[in-house]
Order: sequence, then structure tokens, then C-alpha cells
Amino acid sequence: MIVASPKSITEVKNLISGHKKVLFAGCGTCVTVCLAGGEREVGIASYAIRMARKLERNTLEITQVTIERQCDNEFLKDLAEPASGVEAIVSFGCGAGVQAIAERFPNKPVYAGLNTQFLGVLEEQAVWTEKCLGCGECMLAQFGGICPVTRCAKRLLNGPCGGSLENQCEVDPERPCAWQLIYTRLKNIGQLDRLEDIVPPKDWSTAWYSGARKVVRKEHQV
Amino acid sequence: MIAANTEQSAKMQDRAVQSAWRGGAPRIIAFCCNYCAFAAADLAGSRRMQYPAGVRIIHTPCTGKLEMEHILDAFEKGVDGVLVVGCLEGGCHYVEGNVRARKRIDRIRSILDEIGIGGSRLQMVNLSDAMAPAFVQHVRGIVETVKALGPSPIRALEQTESAGKV
Repeated sequence: MIVASPKSITEVKNLISGHKKVLFAGCGTCVTVCLAGGEREVGIASYAIRMARKLERNTLEITQVTIERQCDNEFLKDLAEPASGVEAIVSFGCGAGVQAIAERFPNKPVYAGLNTQFLGVLEEQAVWTEKCLGCGECMLAQFGGICPVTRCAKRLLNGPCGGSLENQCEVDPERPCAWQLIYTRLKNIGQLDRLEDIVPPKDWSTAWYSGARKVVRKEHQV
Repeated sequence: MIAANTEQSAKMQDRAVQSAWRGGAPRIIAFCCNYCAFAAADLAGSRRMQYPAGVRIIHTPCTGKLEMEHILDAFEKGVDGVLVVGCLEGGCHYVEGNVRARKRIDRIRSILDEIGIGGSRLQMVNLSDAMAPAFVQHVRGIVETVKALGPSPIRALEQTESAGKV
């Protein structure tokens, strides 16, 4: 899922300091699961910012709506009615959600209420780690299901750098060495011979580096 | 009635805030866990123990059921302080509801500090159901803290505005 973290109350308050009526739009998918931008977090931010504005003698009227998915036009239509009566929208979705709302409401200022972080998994309650860079050409099969492109700080594709200590990365001792994980995993599944294959330089043209990408699936188009 | 969900809690808070607060005594809402603090408060009452009259108790199933919004809602409605009373650590009926509640309380305290209301207006303590004297002592404690801080900035502002209108 997409992992995000909330901006501080002060930062969001400053973003909307010039508005009197604002819509706080939550997203019910990834950012709800990562406890950053669902109904509950939108509620907390609303209470806090409303009180802060009241104390500044500059009252703010907040409408709160959390839709199923902000990155999907089908659900964005549910924001049309609440958005019609406000001066601006704060999206508590990921960066894609913020931009989808901005496109849907071209005449309204739209602000981001979250800092979008990465594609990751829940390790334990309230701890998420990055697992995928979205490079566009998945190489996980070669590495036993552990991605060195994302999880090795040096993005090495042909073995470890030699700097790891006690199975931990030399760049960040809190992080496990991806190549140690790859070795252990390939050993466990009886595929250590994969390490003998030389991996050619990665084709980065499928990744973000040449600009924003697009996926078209003609078989599903209508 | 136990405030088992957000709507019930909001209703009870409305009722508590709108109830007759006498004089200038601090307005405190105490969220009391069903299994300890509520029983301790009940025991304090049975034993005719006196505590400040400006305290309104909201009966909750567990402090772990207390949403952060419930507490923020109380402050928005103008209460001067909130006391959250859960079971002793290790003694929660739902295993770790009180431990989770404490982490949430810490976050709200930081939000209250950030927006200028003051985190010390929110306190959490742990009691058993037999600790009526300690319940009374903690209630007196938060009342003294809030007295020293003065009325909640939200209520102070509302008072100034209503005085201005008159």
C-alpha cells in the first residue's frame, strides 16, 4: 500500500490560513490503513485546527468527508456536493489523491494534508517499511522475492557491498542488509545457484527517471 | 449509560457541558473506565467522600475505547480539563486498552500544546476499583492544576465575546 504520514497541525493550519470554509477530504483506502488520512485522522485534524483558528479569532468552518478512494474518479463525484460550498479543499489522501481532486475541481485551491512516503508493508502495529520503488520492471524473481533495488541502500544487483555488519546495513545499522536477506532466502528455497547469474545493468527507462509514466490496458478499455 | 460509541460519548459530553456548572469552579470531564475508575468513583460516593463539584463523569467501557476525538471534542466544547482514569497497568479487562489509551493521551497532549490550549489540562491516571481515596485525590489534583492555569482559552474567549455582545 501507499504509506503516508500526517503533516503537523500547524503546517496544515498555515496552508489554509486565508480561507474561512474548507473541506477536509479523507481517503478510505491506503492512508486509512496506515492511520494517516482516514475518517479518524481527518476528525482529529479538524478538531485541532478549528480550535486553533478559534483562538486566533479567525473562525474556520470545516466540512469533513471521507470517500472510498481519492485516486478514482468514480468515488470523487461524492465530493462534488460538499466541495461546492467551500473555498478550498485539504486532501488527506496520497499525492495521487491530491492531484486527482485538483484535476476534478479546477477552480478550487487544493492542499495536501499528508506527506506521502513510499510503497510499503505493515511490519507491526504502526510500523511500516518501504518495499517497492515502482521501477516498472520487477526483478523480484531473481532475488528470492527480496528487492535489492529498493532495500539495498546502494542498489547493488550482483551481491553485497561487503560493508554490512552483523547482518545490518552499513548505511543504516537499524536496517537489515538486503543482500544478507536475499542470500538466506535463496538458501532456504534451494535456489542459491541464482547468485551465479550475472545480472546486467538495470534498464531504468521503465522507471520514473524519464518522467511520469502511464499504463494503458487496451483489453480492459471501454 | 456507558458511552460505548462516538455518538453516545458526544451526547454525554454535550449534556455534561450544558449541565449547571456553579460559580467559577473549573469544568472538568472525567472519562472513567467501567472496570476500575467508575467503580472507584462509585465507592467514593458511597463513602460520602467529597470532591470538587465541577467534575462530570463519563462512563466508558475501557479507556482503550476512548477515541482521541472524544477528548478533543470536550476541549472544543469549552471544558477546562479532562481526566482519563483507567485500570492499573497490567490490570486492564481488555488486556492493554489502558496502555494504548496512554499513548493516545500523549499525542493529544502534544496537539493541545501545539494549538495553545496546553497539554497539562489533560491527565491520565491508573487506579483499581478499590482506590476511592486515590480517585478523589487525582480529581482534586487536576482541579488544582486547572485552577492554576485558569479557564480554558476556548471558554475564556467565548466569555470575552459574550461579554462584548452584552
